[in-house]
Amino acid sequence: MSRRIPWVLVVALVAMWVPWLGSRFYTFLATDIAILALFALSLNLLLGYTGLVSFGHAAYFGIGAYTSAILMKTHGVPFALSFPAAGVVAALFALVFGFFCVRLTKIYFAMLTLAFAQIVWAICFKWNDVTGGEQGLPNVPYPELGWMAAIPGLGQMRAGDHFYLLVLALVAVAVAALRRIVASPYGRMLTVIRENPERAEFIGINVRLYQLSAFTAAGFFAGLAGALFGIFNRGVFPDFAYWTKSAEVLIMTILGGMGHFWGPAVGAMVLTLLNQQITSYTEYWPLILGTILIVLLFGFRGGIVGALAGLGRRLRRR
Amino acid sequence: MLQVQDLHKRFGGFAAISGVSFDLEKGVVMAIIGPNGAGKSTLFNLITGHLEPSAGRVLLGGRDITGAAPHAICRLGVGRSFQRTNIFPHLSVFECVQAALLAHRGQGRNFWLRSEGLYRAETMALLASLGLQDKAESLAGELSHGNQKQIELGIALASDPDILLLDEPTAGMSAVETHETIALIARIARERGLTLLFTEHDMAVVFSIAQRIGVLHQGRLIAEGDPQAVRADPEVRRVYLGERS
Repeated sequence: MSRRIPWVLVVALVAMWVPWLGSRFYTFLATDIAILALFALSLNLLLGYTGLVSFGHAAYFGIGAYTSAILMKTHGVPFALSFPAAGVVAALFALVFGFFCVRLTKIYFAMLTLAFAQIVWAICFKWNDVTGGEQGLPNVPYPELGWMAAIPGLGQMRAGDHFYLLVLALVAVAVAALRRIVASPYGRMLTVIRENPERAEFIGINVRLYQLSAFTAAGFFAGLAGALFGIFNRGVFPDFAYWTKSAEVLIMTILGGMGHFWGPAVGAMVLTLLNQQITSYTEYWPLILGTILIVLLFGFRGGIVGALAGLGRRLRRR
Repeated sequence: MLQVQDLHKRFGGFAAISGVSFDLEKGVVMAIIGPNGAGKSTLFNLITGHLEPSAGRVLLGGRDITGAAPHAICRLGVGRSFQRTNIFPHLSVFECVQAALLAHRGQGRNFWLRSEGLYRAETMALLASLGLQDKAESLAGELSHGNQKQIELGIALASDPDILLLDEPTAGMSAVETHETIALIARIARERGLTLLFTEHDMAVVFSIAQRIGVLHQGRLIAEGDPQAVRADPEVRRVYLGERS
């Protein structure tokens, strides 16, 4: 048997050198990608592994972002507490909403996730005293990262670089946990449910309970991503929970390929880089995005990673 | 072992099952026969919790399981296969059967261990007893219909059931495949001391392995007993066997 390569560690070790490229912009992009990759991977626990199509995954991203921002800005709670709290609160909401959602199937499930997400958005938009309403909560404080400067080699870096390294480490741990989950017996139960819920029930699996637990776990990781994004973005806004955000993460996941663990992360990277590049040439980014999606859906159902894996298999067969 | 007491199921105004009762003793192989639409699959679905009876009771080992959820009934030692082949198409044959073992052993809540190597020997042994050991790494959905039926049997056996319900285990098979599958089922039932309840269209198959036969016609059990008695029953000859001879 071949030894397993600890891919999470490998990717993190490669990505950690980005600040040494010396460009503030590259660090900015890399931070964005790392956070969105976690967000997309959390969605894929539902989409690719459990076979549940959620149109409202941004709700938990938004809840995580607001939780952490409110704790840090309004109540002065340190990041070390607000970050896990964001995951837990998002998971609690996912548990409550999911309780209703898993009672429905297919398109009805999807519509109900969307309905709950719109409710979350509306509350963020209107509850001025707590969420800042339409204006959101600007100027979320940076976590205290002075201790990083004491680490040899990191002393000369900008605050943004320090934050990037923190994000990278936290995302790596979260992704490692996700990877562990999908490779576990529990993860196998989720794939069995995706494949055939009726049969899954008759190997003794309580299908709804497993779907609910996956929904809650996905909410937890989305909440963590949201907390990081709020700080990165220097503020949280109702947009975070809006349906376009849910669509964006869905597109990332499909673009990268939901059939492979790393697909959504690749999708997050490609979509972010493309968006960055193309918007500097033309204002018609949505047009290009639409075209890319059409090509994908007709030609490459497995997304980028699926297409590459297929190519690799064909080359090996030669 | 299994007692069905005055079971009724109505879909709107249509009585799919009306007043079916029978007892199935431990270790007995029983066939339910009847023309299409007689209610055979409905009867199975009522026993395994996929449908809730309109009236009547189902007892398993003296315990009332009427209306319990399918996953709960499975955990009480009832295994089943479905009429339409019902497997996990994008998993390998190994993974399909191993998943059922994992679920049966209560590993489903374990999200820390790696599933890959768990129960490897047991899964392979079960696949070997079904003649599937060479196909362990193939995708279940890409195999022949006959193989898929065998996988389904493997999935059902992995939960180590006391009683196995097979809904048309040879549906859509060639004569050779049918013969092999029936020999396989009979051998496994004997080895494991299984109680077996199955539906089947092929009368040769039914009379070759069933110790008891129930005849379902328009939702009613019109005859029940050993093969000779059923074969001789005038009403059975009239409504069912007669059609074929």
